[in-house]
Formats: sequence, structure tokens, C-alpha cells
Amino acid sequence: MSELTLPNGGAPPEAAPRRSSGFMATLRHARYIISDNPVTGFSFALFTIIFIAALFGPYIVPYDPLASDTVAALKGPSAAHWFGTDQLGRDVFSRVVVATRLDFIIAIASVALVFLMGGLAGIAGGFFGGWTDRIVGRIADTIMAFPLFVLAMGIVAALGNTVQNIIIATAIVNFPLYARVARAEANVRREAGFVLAARLSGNSDMRILLGHILPNIMPIMVVQMSLTMGYAILNAAGLSFIGLGVRPPTAEWGIMVADGAAFMVSGEWWIALFPGAALMVAVFCFNLLGDGLRDIVDPQRRT
Amino acid sequence: MLMMFLKRMLMAVPSLIGVVIVTFLLTRALPGDPAAYFAGPAASQEAIEQIRVKLGLDKPLIVQFGNYVNDLAHGDLGNSLTTGQPVGKEIKSRLPASAELTLLGLIVSMLVAVPLGILAATRPGSLIDHACRVISTAGVSLPVFFTGLILVYVFYYLLGWAPAPLGRLDVFFSPPPHVTGFYLVDSLIAGDGEVFFASLKQLVLPALTLGIFSLAPIARMTRASMLAVLGSDFVRTARASGLTPYTVIITYAFRNAMLPVVTTLGMVFSFLLGANVLVEKVFAWPGIGSYAVEALIASDFAPVQGFVLTMAIMYVLLNLIIDVLYGVIDPRVRMDA
Repeated sequence: MSELTLPNGGAPPEAAPRRSSGFMATLRHARYIISDNPVTGFSFALFTIIFIAALFGPYIVPYDPLASDTVAALKGPSAAHWFGTDQLGRDVFSRVVVATRLDFIIAIASVALVFLMGGLAGIAGGFFGGWTDRIVGRIADTIMAFPLFVLAMGIVAALGNTVQNIIIATAIVNFPLYARVARAEANVRREAGFVLAARLSGNSDMRILLGHILPNIMPIMVVQMSLTMGYAILNAAGLSFIGLGVRPPTAEWGIMVADGAAFMVSGEWWIALFPGAALMVAVFCFNLLGDGLRDIVDPQRRT
Repeated sequence: MLMMFLKRMLMAVPSLIGVVIVTFLLTRALPGDPAAYFAGPAASQEAIEQIRVKLGLDKPLIVQFGNYVNDLAHGDLGNSLTTGQPVGKEIKSRLPASAELTLLGLIVSMLVAVPLGILAATRPGSLIDHACRVISTAGVSLPVFFTGLILVYVFYYLLGWAPAPLGRLDVFFSPPPHVTGFYLVDSLIAGDGEVFFASLKQLVLPALTLGIFSLAPIARMTRASMLAVLGSDFVRTARASGLTPYTVIITYAFRNAMLPVVTTLGMVFSFLLGANVLVEKVFAWPGIGSYAVEALIASDFAPVQGFVLTMAIMYVLLNLIIDVLYGVIDPRVRMDA
């Protein structure tokens, strides 16, 4: 294994942050991983494309994603309309590109939210133990007792049919995953030398938790976030596919597939295929990216 | 054995209590005033008050919860706002459609995923190993409703092999007499081959969609646990004793490798029951998922709540069965209990 040739690559993440030599080693290790595994490099490239589409999408598309043109309705892919047009004559390519931003925002927001809720609850549970731990564990178990997508449906139905609530529901169903990982990681560091040293120098529990333990488990949590991004996108798209959250005519991948579903049986495949493929590529990209990041952060679990 | 079963049953109780509390809280989290909501937009203040008293919403939360649990114990899930029908009855009549679809989907994926995982593990680095890896990565990235639509396009529109994605049975056939509610089983009991094949035809695509969806985690787990078992000492001993590869892999390795796979089934069911909703929507399947979706769009909360509760209870029970199954397969688990 070539970790041995790197000064710091194989060391646990404790040693990595805040030191320039450690940081350089991580960077070198990352470069090694990417060159060793072209798939990871490919997923980074794909992520860049998705990111650019999310950032600049509305400014670079050839047509207004909401402008209908009934003369050109239901036309297949052509030079003028790369992905064809839908039943109202809207350009599918423009809609797919513009939708990237909304889907991306939903995924990022829900992952950030669950990181705040699940991550912090898990760290607190693992660090303090006792009742805090029991309560967090019980909440996680109760959420896990539901089939996750079904619970998300119920939450959106109860809180109200908005994009915001889709984000909240997606975050809640991912809560157990984050809480468990954070709990396990915080638990093993509870009696670690650096924590004891920090406590000995008079730091409060809160300060140790947020200033010492949290930064230490960050790499693992980032991997977790990347791995759940794909699921978050799928979950949100599934909810909008059944008519929750995003309302027409807003461009969003799930709702566009739902729009195109009726035309699949009459042969107009392009309306549903392209947004569905975009969804698939995005999820695929996040999954690969998560695997790649895990290889960088946690070389022992490399497959 | 019986003791273990009882212990597992007791362990499911906190989950069930949690499920009931959460579904209760979900109704109370409904936006706005539930009484005004149930009274309709044109109701006067007095009418709203009357409904509040009638629904017991003027009582403290804990009393409301008691009433809710009492209703549940009597199998009363409330009435649908749009149809006026009791939700419990509707769910009960639609449940077999969903169950038939989900079970068939699971069977399809087990039949493909387990052999695939075993083959991949016995020939690491081979073509089939790579195929297994690609399939399990691609499988988790495919939105289940998208897979369904692609299958409909290819097998219905292009090839014409499958019937139109419109429910459980073609309109020309009448459903078999009700015994189990599973059309495949009922038609066989009635000895009606024509209906059996007609309903099988309708089932193939949605079951395949669910199968493709749940293929990935099962194949991945089978491969990983087979690899671990094949590297263990007792397999080496079995090989060294000159047993045939078949005996080593099937009798020795496979039975031990199945344990983690059975555990994974719990997670697979969580995905399957959720994916079921989307597949039912794509194929206009008259199960409880499409019932909930229709109610969701009409902002009719009682059916949605009944649906969430039914699904959650089924899921808890499935996990219970998996736990018990685990004890049956692995005697060591029984010793611990």
C-alpha cells in the first residue's frame, strides 16, 4: 500500500487538520486517490459540471424555461431543441439545465439541516452519554421504525405542501444516519488524550464539544453528507413526482418526469427521459463522489 | 425458541408506541385549525366550535391522544374527507394489491441478486464481479419511477410485449373470487388459467421495476458477506478436506453468508415500501400507495395518516419476522437470547 510512503496519509484524521504539512499530505493523498481511481476523478469532473449548471444555468440556456410555444409542441430532439419540446412547446433542454439549481438547493439545504440536527444531537449523545444518549437514540429508533419515504410523505402532508417542507422532511428521515455516525465517532473520542488535555486546561464541555470533537469528526461527516446527497435528491424528486412540494410550471426534475409520464405510453419519450437521466447522473455522481471522499478520509474502508 | 420469540415481540413494542405517537403528532401539526379544516371553508364560527367539540379537539392533548389510541384499537382510522368512506376499510381492501406487488418484486430481486452476488464473490476480479459492482452502483442511482417509465416505453410502446400500465387486470377480465386478495393465488385456486396469465402480465413490469430497485443492496451484501465467509478458516478446512467446490460454496459458505443478507432485508423493505408508492403511481396500481397519493393531492389527511400508520406497522412487523428468522437460521442468536 502506498499510504506507507506518505508521511501522514494513513494516519487517523486526528492528525490532519490545522497543520500545513498534514494538509499538504492530505492533498497529496487526494491526488493519489484520484489518479489511482479514474472513476473518482470523473465524478469530481461531473460534480463541477453540475455545480456550474446550478450556478449559471438560467443565464446560459437557449430558451426561457417557462415560455410555451404551442406551434412547436411535442417535437422530438432536433438541432433547435436538443432535448425536444414538451406538450406546451417548452424547451426540455433549458428546463433540465435550469432545474439543476432547484434540485441542488433542495439537496444541499436538507443535508445541511440534517447535519446540524443529527450531527450535533449525535455528538452530544456520544459525548455526554446517559440520558442525552438515550433520548437521541430513542428519537432515531422511532424514525427508523417507519419506511423512510412514507414518513417523508406523511411529514410533507402534515406540515404543508411546500418546497421548504420537502427539505425539512428529507432532513428528518436522514436524522438517524447522521446521529448514529456522529454518536459513534464522538464516543470513541470521549476519553482521547486531546480531549482530556483540553478538559484539564479548563475548557467547558460545550467548548470541548464544538471546538475539539466536532472539527475532528468533520471529515467523516463530510463523507456522510456527500453519500446522502444522492439520496436527498432522489427523495425530493420522488416527493415532487407524486405531486408534493414543487408546483408546476416550475422546472424541477421529478415533476418534469411526472409530466412526461403520460406521454411515455404514446411514444414521446424525450419529455420524461432527459430530466430522469439528469436525475440519475446527479445521484450517480454524488454516490461516486462520496465513495471517493471516503477513500481519501478513511483509507481502511477502501473497496 | 418460544422465549426468544416472545422477547423479540416485546422489543417491537416501543417501536409501535413511537409510531403511534408520531402519527398522532403529525395530525396535530396540520397547518391551521383542524376544526375549521374539517368544517369546510363556508362554515360559521358556531359550526366550527361544534365540530371542535364533536372531534374532541377542545379537550387537553393527552385526552385527545387517549381517544386516538382508543379509535385505533377498534380499527377506526377515521373517514376520508372526499369520499366519506372509512379509511380502514379502504386500506384493507387495497392492501393485497400492494402486498402482492411488493412481495413479487422482492422475490424477483432475490432470485437475481443472490446468485449474482455469489458468482461475483467466487470469481473476484472477473467480468461478473465487475458487472455486479456496476449494477449495484447504478441500481442505487436509478430513480424508481424513472426505471418504471423506461420499462413501459420499451416493453409496451416499442415492443408491445407488455399490456398497458393500467392497474391489476385488463378490463376484459373480471377479478377472481376473493380468497387471499392476491390475484395470482386466487385465480389458481379458482382454476382460472386465463385470469392468472392476464394478471401475471400486468404484474411483470411493476414487479421488475421494484426488483431492479432492490437488487443493488442485496447483491452488494451477498457479495461482501460471501467474500468474508470464503476467506474464513472453516471454508479453508472444508476445501483442504477435498470437498467439491459446490458443497463448499453452497452447504458451507452460503448458509453462513446468508445471515448478514437477512439483516439487510430490513433496510431493503424500508426502501421497497417507499418505492412501492412511486411504482403504483407509474402503473396506476390500485394499492394503498396510490390511495395515499390521491388523498395527498386532494389535501385529505385521514387516508394519508392511515396509510403512514399501516406502512409503519407493517414495517415493524416485517422487522420482527426478520429478527425471528435470524434466530431460526443462526442458533448462536438463540443462545444469546
